[in-house]
Amino acid sequence: MRRGWFLPIAAALGFSFLYAPIVSLVIFSFNENRLVTVWSGFSLKWYGELFRDPQMLGAAWLSLQIAALAASIALVLGTLAAVALVRFRRFKGRTLFSGMVSAPLVMPDVITGLALLLLFVAMESLIGWPRGRGMLTIVIAHATFCTAYVCVVVQSRLSDFDRSLEEAAMDLGASPLRTFFDVTLPIIAPALVSGWLLGFTLSLDDLVIASFVSGPGSSTLPMVIFSKVRLGVSPDVNALATIIIGIVALGVLAATIIQLRSKPKKARV
Amino acid sequence: MPWSSAFRSPPSSSAARPIPPFSPPKTAPCSSPCTFPTTFIRLFTDNLYVAAYLSSIRIAAIATIITLIVGYPMAYAIARAPDRWRNILLMLVILPFFTSFLLRVYALTGFMRGNGVINQVLGLFGVQPLVMMQTDFAVYVGIVYTYLPFMILPLYTTLVKLDTSLFEASADLGAKPLRTFLSVTLPLSLPGIIAGSMLVFIPAIGEFVIPSLLGGPETLMIGRVLWDEFFTNANWPRAAAVAMAMLLVVVVPIMLLQRAQGAVVEK
Repeated sequence: MRRGWFLPIAAALGFSFLYAPIVSLVIFSFNENRLVTVWSGFSLKWYGELFRDPQMLGAAWLSLQIAALAASIALVLGTLAAVALVRFRRFKGRTLFSGMVSAPLVMPDVITGLALLLLFVAMESLIGWPRGRGMLTIVIAHATFCTAYVCVVVQSRLSDFDRSLEEAAMDLGASPLRTFFDVTLPIIAPALVSGWLLGFTLSLDDLVIASFVSGPGSSTLPMVIFSKVRLGVSPDVNALATIIIGIVALGVLAATIIQLRSKPKKARV
Repeated sequence: MPWSSAFRSPPSSSAARPIPPFSPPKTAPCSSPCTFPTTFIRLFTDNLYVAAYLSSIRIAAIATIITLIVGYPMAYAIARAPDRWRNILLMLVILPFFTSFLLRVYALTGFMRGNGVINQVLGLFGVQPLVMMQTDFAVYVGIVYTYLPFMILPLYTTLVKLDTSLFEASADLGAKPLRTFLSVTLPLSLPGIIAGSMLVFIPAIGEFVIPSLLGGPETLMIGRVLWDEFFTNANWPRAAAVAMAMLLVVVVPIMLLQRAQGAVVEK
């Protein structure tokens, strides 16, 4: 087919559109000037300021804890859901179940957030748990939508899985549980790792849902960033963004390498 | 009306207070009785809500079309790229998706501000600074920028699976490249187009962060109305009613998405 010049140029323009704002953000995080867009020399002072800001550090620590917990809960629930969807091809309410599992993927955040909050309030007045709102409610809320992402990732891995391996294990006398832990789990492990990482980054990133379900004294990092950014530009947010972008870039790189390595070297057509 | 003035005030009014109201819903102030029918009837009788829904749909639809126009050539270029390039390009598409959404929107504000990067570059050529921030234009750019990966990935998935012999057949039969594209490539990639468009359109309708950071005070979007109803006015029943109505708006697109995704995977 004729290659032409149109596609490469369009792609180059598209990629520069995707990356130019991020690159400029990173560059200006090393800017000495308080006016974010006037360059006046290289400096690391915003990074220093960032690490002396107790509000930011506290929020960052809280967000990391929430993300780790939510991703771990979601890993278990999402894997179970994926196994159910892939292995039990037909069961009553399958369409409803798969629809409900994947709905949080596209549901506008404001709806999810408000719905979860109203649920928590109703639960508190009915059964007295979860008492009040704070870290626990944010963890539950994040685990809810992360489950959907884990489920999708694990599902795709499970569906190109050679089931004869499991049958072989069971023929050799392994119980279904033993088979799951000794055969199934190691094979889907790369999907579990990338599912967990996906949940972790999404939880770390969420502003809207956390704002709805958080309580006094439990402001997550995005909530602190949002209130700062709304009031105007603050160079220390640039520094923070650079750190986060660096970590995420490394994480995605690692996840991609794990996925590529683990893929059986099938002849790609 | 107290709530309408609260909504129209610049976003900074509620900005200083990122902490939501923690009063239980019973004590939430209701100017009118907050019972089931009244809250919903209010949605239709009040121009603000109707205008906000229509404006959200319009903004989301226009932004989706722009995203499609920007994303399609990119997805096509990646699908036709040599093997060793493909994974790198795909990773470059996925990477921003993982990078904090909020921080990417923030990066755009630094780009489009009055003394931002774009205006400084334009200034070098002697062009007057453009007003981009706090306009609907900025909201479009924001949606296209943040949701572009959602458009590219399903498009890529359908485009990469297309049988190239079809293009050759079309060319052999004398079709020009444009004709081949319009009558072979485009129809065959339709599931990808629908899936990608819905993945952008649905979340964009309820978007809150983009209109509040990039849009102006007159940028009406339903996600923002809901947020203000809840956080500024502490009117929980009405916020819930707004959410229910939003759910109705996105149900049909979600069903379209489900079917299109099935088609994307099966092919």
